[in-house]
Amino acid sequence: MRRTPLPPDALDSTDRAIINALQEGFPLLPRPFAAAGAALNLSEDSLISHLRHLREIGAITRFGPFFDAEAMGGAFCLCAMAVPEERFDAVVTLVNAHAEVAHNYERSHRLNMWFVLACETPDGIARVADRIEQETGLTVLRFPKLKEFFIGFRVAA
Amino acid sequence: MNMDATDRRLIAATQGGFPLAPAPYAEVASWLGLTEDEVITRLGKMLDSGIIRRIAVAPNHYALGMMANGMSVWDVDDAHAIEMGAKVGALEFVSHCYLRPRALPDWPYNLFAMIHGATRDEVEVKRREISRLLEPFCHSNDILYSTRILKKTGLRLTDPGA
Repeated sequence: MRRTPLPPDALDSTDRAIINALQEGFPLLPRPFAAAGAALNLSEDSLISHLRHLREIGAITRFGPFFDAEAMGGAFCLCAMAVPEERFDAVVTLVNAHAEVAHNYERSHRLNMWFVLACETPDGIARVADRIEQETGLTVLRFPKLKEFFIGFRVAA
Repeated sequence: MNMDATDRRLIAATQGGFPLAPAPYAEVASWLGLTEDEVITRLGKMLDSGIIRRIAVAPNHYALGMMANGMSVWDVDDAHAIEMGAKVGALEFVSHCYLRPRALPDWPYNLFAMIHGATRDEVEVKRREISRLLEPFCHSNDILYSTRILKKTGLRLTDPGA
């Protein structure tokens, strides 16, 4: 994935309108780009070619369904640990060795390691977190999601 | 909603995105040996049940100039946490906003909001904006910047045959 900014003129106002509008949803119709384009005053062809271009330059990473892995039966939990600086690399190795650790970030805080556990079941979360506590001798704080407030992200039009 | 093997194949086929073609559902159907109608119906059911949260474009924050991001965390009165979470989640510079349990005494914060900005200074300005919004109901806040990615893997779907 591109990690550097595009030049400021890389996106025109149409590109920006598309990025904003298509975060809201997309029709389940045989010709969805025609319907979505109509709302943006774009032809089907034009919307598709803009999206292809946005994907090619890396302004968007993908276009399609966002699956809720929890609704599919998986379990997830954000976890945090306060890892002593001198043990940090060793603890990274122990934590990352678990396949259930989906991602892991070092953060600027006393709780300096934040990772997400992804398991098939809620029991799995407790089992892996307990195991990491045993292996590291450190407490794994658990922050399961109680409620999500999603709206999205907007680029200046 | 109970997913069957066909739903799982449909998920596996589309988790990388839809084809950017005039009839994307017909194209997906042809990959899977289904009809366009069946693909549309199944996707609709998954949307209704929440298995699909939405069908949308995923912007690349870095490419769009949002090089800085911080995980802001807030200790919000329980009685107002849902109402205020919805307001924070609606801010255009917040990409993710969650209510989570506190872990006292180490961690008093129950509202997590990921703030994006071009620079860290801009992120801090936006943090103050949230602070003003939450003021009457918030006791303290902090922000955690990521200093290193230690591991990053995508969502892995269980193989339907497994």
